Amino acid sequence: MKREVPLILTGVVGVVFIIQFFIPHEPFHSLADVFSDWFSIIESCAIWLGAFNLIKLSMDRLGRRILIPTVGVVSLALLYGIIAAPGFLQGQLPLILFLMAFLLLAAGQYSRSKMSDEWFLSFSTIVSFVLILIVGFGFSAGRRFLEPGTSFDYLYVNVYSPLSSTMFAMLAFFVASASYRAFRARNREATLLLLAAFFVMLGRVPLGDLMSSFMPEGARLSNFADWIMNFPNAAGQRAIMIGIALGIVSTSLRVILGIERSHLGGD
Amino acid sequence: MVGSFVLASLPYSLFAQVNAQSQIQSPTDASSDLVPAQPMRPGPATNVAAEDARNDAGGAIIVSWEPSPDDGAGRNNLTAYTLLRSTSPLGPFDTVGTMTAGMTSFIDGDVIDGVDYFYIVDAVAMVPSPDGSLSSLSERSEPSVAVQSHAQWFHKGRINALIAVIILSGSILYFITQAKSGRELFIRKIAGLEAVDEAVGRATEMGREIFFVPGIEDMNNVQTIAGVTILGRVAKMAATYDAKLDVPVRRSLVMVAGRETVKEAYLDAGRPDAYHDDMVHYLTDDQFGYAAGVDGMVVRRKPATIFYMGAFYAESLILAETGNSIGAIQIAGTAQPAQLPFFVAACDYTLIGEELFAASAYLSKEPRQLGSLKGQDVGKFFILAFAIIGILLATFNLLDMSHWFTVN
Repeated sequence: MKREVPLILTGVVGVVFIIQFFIPHEPFHSLADVFSDWFSIIESCAIWLGAFNLIKLSMDRLGRRILIPTVGVVSLALLYGIIAAPGFLQGQLPLILFLMAFLLLAAGQYSRSKMSDEWFLSFSTIVSFVLILIVGFGFSAGRRFLEPGTSFDYLYVNVYSPLSSTMFAMLAFFVASASYRAFRARNREATLLLLAAFFVMLGRVPLGDLMSSFMPEGARLSNFADWIMNFPNAAGQRAIMIGIALGIVSTSLRVILGIERSHLGGD
Repeated sequence: MVGSFVLASLPYSLFAQVNAQSQIQSPTDASSDLVPAQPMRPGPATNVAAEDARNDAGGAIIVSWEPSPDDGAGRNNLTAYTLLRSTSPLGPFDTVGTMTAGMTSFIDGDVIDGVDYFYIVDAVAMVPSPDGSLSSLSERSEPSVAVQSHAQWFHKGRINALIAVIILSGSILYFITQAKSGRELFIRKIAGLEAVDEAVGRATEMGREIFFVPGIEDMNNVQTIAGVTILGRVAKMAATYDAKLDVPVRRSLVMVAGRETVKEAYLDAGRPDAYHDDMVHYLTDDQFGYAAGVDGMVVRRKPATIFYMGAFYAESLILAETGNSIGAIQIAGTAQPAQLPFFVAACDYTLIGEELFAASAYLSKEPRQLGSLKGQDVGKFFILAFAIIGILLATFNLLDMSHWFTVN
């Protein structure tokens, strides 16, 4: 039954979804939205599975003996913060708490445990999780925690967003290194790729048009770059997308008919 | 006579402007008595027609009309149309909506199925009053005939999609049946999938880990299902060769499904003792937090082999370049066209689009799954044929087939 029930459910829901696309009459019309809402609810509840798993793994790496002193130091740090709160701006309080607790815990436990990378990262995970919980529930005006001016919003804007942007910004350097490796004239196709990349890159900057200014209007490097992107590139992308669409249909049919069961833990 | 002719031929606006501060002088009145001016109403909208909106779940009526003669022409002073509705031709009429001048249709989405409705369109214009201020005047159209809304049981605008689904599904089912009967089916070699064995073997020989990243989307995405399916095959190989497998995931449901898949794979390989739940673990729901976490694991633990199978977005190049920097053999597969170039540049092997979906069938060599690949190819054949025919017809301007393939 462990595998049969999901297979039956998958088959029934899959067939219903195919049918509802062609039948506008109720109840088929709103089925897609209803199922989508159900999935969102399940997904939201399931997030705790992942969160608990992450905490459990981190605690296992730290070792159980760190739990009591950790709780003790965090409590002291919070108490200090609450007492000193009138002297601080609301928005800076959680960040100061975070730094204080982090440093105290790290200093207190350094001599007790080997400071390996995994230990430090697990330690940071636990401390961050606990403090964000405390800040979110205790210092951020309840349900209005996302509003500007709350402590949670302060951490989001001043800690989380810069970290996220930093990771995204690394893409610029990775693109350069990947391009340097990829665009080499090893064979005929690679040479073609190199030439196309060369013309497109040059055509996207003013220098390209400057270099080809002797050409008539409409026949310059930027126009050639646009042509490469709008015709050969678009044709290739469309061909790939057609293949992807057919692949999705085939895979979906296999899943609905129960031919594909590996994702349920079986052959 | 000449004077009256000249006055009558002047535009109304000029006429009113000239006499803005006074009452308008009648052209034929020779006496000193002045006649109060009556602002002229705009021409009404005509031919108000209402019909049930097609191919919907009911509750909507489309109302259309001929524009007022003063809409963009004539006095050119029309500013808006107001649509009114009633369940009786005699009223009372309630306002349903207001449209700017130039509009000639409106969808009323607030009706009850099976009830007769009548519509009227008011043409509204801003006209100058005798005292110089602007006032709003409207002219009512004739009411439309009675109309009812209904829900339809079949969306006629999607007949072409239905035909495509029937042809494609039929061909897939046909070839699945053919494959079950034992007929040999030829499938071309896919380099990335041929290298899976070699990649797992490399990790075993080097004594290092295999990382499997099943994309960043949830289990409702077909690419994730394809990725988890491939995970099962890779896990079975890893269990057979006694290689260490680590599967960091971004979604809790993927973690649960991944654990089931890996556990069964280890059981199938006869190595249930080698499996533990922490092989498939959750990192974070955040996109770049997940990329940072995986990158950190890659740099610290230096796996020999990394698989990227599923849906990826901007983090694809971050992951692939980091893996490349430590010298791992990387096999990627995604159906995100925008991310394919990054994987091609940074990974050793890349499964492009449909190859990701074919991977499960390819690795398992199961006849029913291989049969579905052949059915897919039939669909590709039809699309190719229509594309060539359409190009020729469009090039010589013979026939525009594009509307045949438009799905509403």
